[in-house]
Amino acid sequence: MAIYFHPWFLLLVMSSGAISEITILPGHDKHGNPESFDRIVIRPGDTLSIVGPTGSGKTAFINDIEVFACNDTSTGRTVLVNGEIPAEEFIRDPSKKPIALITQNTKCLADMSVEAFLAMHVRARKMSGSAIVAETIDLANQFTGEQIHPGCRITALSGGQTRSLMVADAILISNAPLILLDEVENAGIFREKVIEVLKEHCKSVIFVTHDPLVSLLSDRRLVMRHGGVEKILEPDGREFHIREMVARMDLTLCRFRERIRAGELLTEKGFTV
Amino acid sequence: MKLIIIAGPPSAGKTAVTRQIIRHFLGKKKCAFLKIDVVRAFEDEELREEFHIPARKIYSGDLCPDHTGVMVLKDAIAWAEGLGTDIFIVESAGLCLRCSPYVTQSLGIVVLSAVSGMNSPLKMGPMISLADVAVITKTDLVSQSEKEVFREKTKEVAPAIDIIETNAIQGTGLRFLMRAIDQQAEITDPATILLRGIPPLGVCTICVGKREIGWQNHFGVVRKLDGADDIFRGD
Repeated sequence: MAIYFHPWFLLLVMSSGAISEITILPGHDKHGNPESFDRIVIRPGDTLSIVGPTGSGKTAFINDIEVFACNDTSTGRTVLVNGEIPAEEFIRDPSKKPIALITQNTKCLADMSVEAFLAMHVRARKMSGSAIVAETIDLANQFTGEQIHPGCRITALSGGQTRSLMVADAILISNAPLILLDEVENAGIFREKVIEVLKEHCKSVIFVTHDPLVSLLSDRRLVMRHGGVEKILEPDGREFHIREMVARMDLTLCRFRERIRAGELLTEKGFTV
Repeated sequence: MKLIIIAGPPSAGKTAVTRQIIRHFLGKKKCAFLKIDVVRAFEDEELREEFHIPARKIYSGDLCPDHTGVMVLKDAIAWAEGLGTDIFIVESAGLCLRCSPYVTQSLGIVVLSAVSGMNSPLKMGPMISLADVAVITKTDLVSQSEKEVFREKTKEVAPAIDIIETNAIQGTGLRFLMRAIDQQAEITDPATILLRGIPPLGVCTICVGKREIGWQNHFGVVRKLDGADDIFRGD
């Protein structure tokens, strides 16, 4: 399921695009203690999850990346692109910005059809071709069990549909190489499918998450505490058995969920995962 | 002394932006603040208490706030200069979306809220087109695509405007606003300061208190339901 990208392949991607790596330099925690890591480097195709209790600074961490912190946020972190302070156009021009942030907020305020909404975003990006709107809706439909129709009102979509659409939009229309996803699991979308598609498109992803499966599917885990990064874990295959088990448990739970939603009574005895 | 004029619709976050500016320059520059509002305002008291800076307000009452701004700005500049102010911030009310209080020799900032609907920049005209900087607030509450579309609509009204997106409560992304303030030239001669745009036509029978409906009852600036487009014709 996991696709491994050979470093040379990444080099090819780097040479064709502008971004080869994004680096996070340490700041300090809420008590002013410096963070212990030297630097965190994110390259195309990397997946990171950020874990830790509520209020430990997970969202602040991805917000630092989203605004390209320059020792000017409350955490004191600095974010570099290709090893340097990014050019201003990277930060300020959304069509050049290499980052898309999908927040926990799944409300969309625009009261228009899905099709018109995406078409408007395509126009704002000065892209051509109408096919991309249909492609985006198709991709979103791979992330959610509830079909999104092109004529649906955006405001009538469920949280899961909206989140699916936002993720698909970030991948295809924003075409951002780094996607930040804040608690993707909350919205009830197919997390494994999202991760698989993100890898297929060679996106780097940072998940803020409380979800065991999402955490275990990431290459690296950042553990947050008191507003700072406490630890960086690189399981490097050592969690393989647990990951497989959690994936099976997750599948089982998914099936139960679908059956409960369909109105069934679950009466099996001695069910094994 | 630098002059900063902030305008924007109600609840866009003008005062939140003002707070961030004052907080950023606190201890480095002397700030003073004037609020022009219509009926009630509390910003002066809040900012005075929070930052211990000179702050005052004026109510425009029956006048248009821009009209009041033009009337009082010369006195206000003298007041702030008399206090040895480095950065004088004037925050206007923004009621009818036609407001455009920016003057020459100042930095004009329009504060717009990303949650006000993606077409809202198109409805505002000179409040945006005559400003130097557009600060778009509450971008944390909308999707990436809505943010990008809002930005494009703002640029449609003012192609050269400097756009800064922020969550003004947190102050994210405001470093470019602070830089614009740093780079802003000081007032050279208050006697030659001019309002940048031409205010909406102000003297008409309705302005002076006639309340009868129907164009037949009015003179000066008259408009019928049909055949007038957006050009006002005297009658």
